[in-house]
Amino acid sequence: MALRNYILVCGGTGCESAGADSIYKNLISECELQGVADEVQIIKTGCFGFCEQGPIVKILPEDSFYVQVKPEDAKELVSEHIVKGREVARLLYNKNESKKHAKVEDIEFYQKQFRIVLRNCGFINPENIDEYVAREGYAALEKVLFEMTPDDVINELKVAGLRGRGGAGFPSWMKWNFTKQVEDDVKYVVCNADEGDPGAYMDRSTLEGDPHSILEAMTIAGYTCGASKGYIYIRAEYPLAIKRLEIAMGQAREYGLLGEDILGSGFGFDIEIRLGAGAFVCGEETALLASIEGERGMPRPRPPFPAVKGLWGRPTVINNVETWANIPVILLKGGEWFSKIGTDDSKGTKVFALTGKIRNSGLVEVPMGTTLREIIFDIGGGIANGREFKAVQTGGPSGGVITKEHLDTPIDYGSLTGLGSMMGSGGMIVMDEDDCIVDVTKFYLGFSVDESCGKCSPCRIGGRSLYNLLDKITKGDGEMEDIDKMKEIGAAMKKASLCGLGQTAPNPILSTLHYFEKEYLAHIKDKRCPAGKCKELISYNILADKCIGCTACARKCPVDAIIGERRQLHRIDPDLCIKCGVCLETCKFGAVFVR
Amino acid sequence: MAKMTLEALRALREEKKSALNKRDVEGKTAQIVVGMGTCGIAAGAKGALDGFLAAIDEYKLDNVAVTQTGCMGLCYVEPTVEVIVEGMPNVIYGKVDAEVAKKIVKDHVMHKQMVSEHVFDRPAADIFNGGGK
Repeated sequence: MALRNYILVCGGTGCESAGADSIYKNLISECELQGVADEVQIIKTGCFGFCEQGPIVKILPEDSFYVQVKPEDAKELVSEHIVKGREVARLLYNKNESKKHAKVEDIEFYQKQFRIVLRNCGFINPENIDEYVAREGYAALEKVLFEMTPDDVINELKVAGLRGRGGAGFPSWMKWNFTKQVEDDVKYVVCNADEGDPGAYMDRSTLEGDPHSILEAMTIAGYTCGASKGYIYIRAEYPLAIKRLEIAMGQAREYGLLGEDILGSGFGFDIEIRLGAGAFVCGEETALLASIEGERGMPRPRPPFPAVKGLWGRPTVINNVETWANIPVILLKGGEWFSKIGTDDSKGTKVFALTGKIRNSGLVEVPMGTTLREIIFDIGGGIANGREFKAVQTGGPSGGVITKEHLDTPIDYGSLTGLGSMMGSGGMIVMDEDDCIVDVTKFYLGFSVDESCGKCSPCRIGGRSLYNLLDKITKGDGEMEDIDKMKEIGAAMKKASLCGLGQTAPNPILSTLHYFEKEYLAHIKDKRCPAGKCKELISYNILADKCIGCTACARKCPVDAIIGERRQLHRIDPDLCIKCGVCLETCKFGAVFVR
Repeated sequence: MAKMTLEALRALREEKKSALNKRDVEGKTAQIVVGMGTCGIAAGAKGALDGFLAAIDEYKLDNVAVTQTGCMGLCYVEPTVEVIVEGMPNVIYGKVDAEVAKKIVKDHVMHKQMVSEHVFDRPAADIFNGGGK
């Protein structure tokens, strides 16, 4: 028998500790008392991510979202909502809350997220073109081909205010317009799917979940700028995305949505996939184009910009995956609709890959202007394991950190740059008090050094020198003048490097030196790593009053560095210890500590 | 299929739109959509998928369609699955392995009872629901 209502009680740790379990039990007994137990199922759910507003109760099928519910509210929820069918207004979440910063006036949602780019991800079957078509797929292409001139399309993008989502944030309409204005009989459209930041997977998910949106958008650009050929440059490490793109292209060709004379309009366009070998620098547009041409993936000076002189010297529109995925929606709903979402400086939404020490890691899409606090605490559910938030890293190896003091900054291109970080492509790595800032910075810089193509010396030599200085500091050999040296080299690299990789590679250092200078000083002056991560600066020790001599740690130690008889105090031999931390994990009595 | 005209595409869209709204795949009344992005697969979505197919086979159900989709965004509870059954709200389940899959088929699909501890929330409004009017 079908039930009338389903009551969902959040069973996440946050809500549980705030009394969700009593709410759950009270709801069950109230339903029995009030005689509706047969019509209702009460279910404990996983975390809703809304922990700050918990405990959460949601009632289906009405989709009523109740927040800060107390155990004693169970009676009223049952008598009013279930028995009488009236929502309990005083407990309902105020939907306007979620739009405070984002100005999404005509959109009703209680979630902080709003999906434009990811509209079909996790909803349609990506290998079935019909499901994409049913969700207004290829309707924007229809509109463009039969009702709009190329100038109309550019104007719509201009009104929308869309900026490139690959990191730099250049206005998309300008790029398209440059290419459109150049007189040439051959032009190209390119999709940059060379996603390479550590911890970023926004583009992969978009391609895997909704490949047709990219094909449709590129075809629209072809029509607008006068190109009949497109390339998708994607790294070979994304086999599933490649497979789904190939299936999608096959289906689109079969339906006549790619190829000659699309939908009888006379306009023809086709797309080819080019696989990259996974070099980070190939995400830089000029290096990417060189790689498509079969050359070594190295950047070249700009200007001329690819929009004017790109692939094989021809005018080329190049955008990244997320930018493309926005295009069909903008043309279908209008630039004005799009421009209402977001902030003055940045329109629309941004997809972030939220990872690190966060309770609910995930792929999130929020309107520009949403604050970091909302993303980390309302969507991400806060920091895992009850630790303290330390900082969030945005923009990957090109970005920097944002600290607690700036959690309430509305996110857009300008605000992040102002804080010494950047939007980047959307990786967002959350750090807690156990993460060592110097060590994390060394990781990012090491990545940039590895990925430097070596063409220009500021990046090749500057990056290596910076890395050596950081390495020295984490090993306890740092000197005070190293800080000034790093600042000087960093400033030179920013000015003199040929492409974005070198220009932004010092950002992680400059940003952390600004916000966490104390932590650098602890490493340099006190030869101490406050987070206990830098191996050369820490030692493992055993507390005399806690050790019961169970020998558990000694048996696990891979180098037999722990000495001590059964039921007697153990001791760690610092000369043998390799600081692997196994003893710390093994000890059940909290007797092992890091100093 | 031959190349389409504008009219044919529009007709197809209308036809498929109603099918998608009802989530009616060839006359099946229940649909199980498994999130099969790289992330889902890495977390064991294939095991969940096999679990659903085995359970459907075991209970001899012929009205259940199993399909796939991309990433739902809930990385922390992969593998994720959406279950659509006539007369019930659509539900997203997380941390679905073969065992949970069997329970979902038995409790949710056959007896219209949700499976506790595994229900999650679709985390966002999109341009087709809640917004974009």
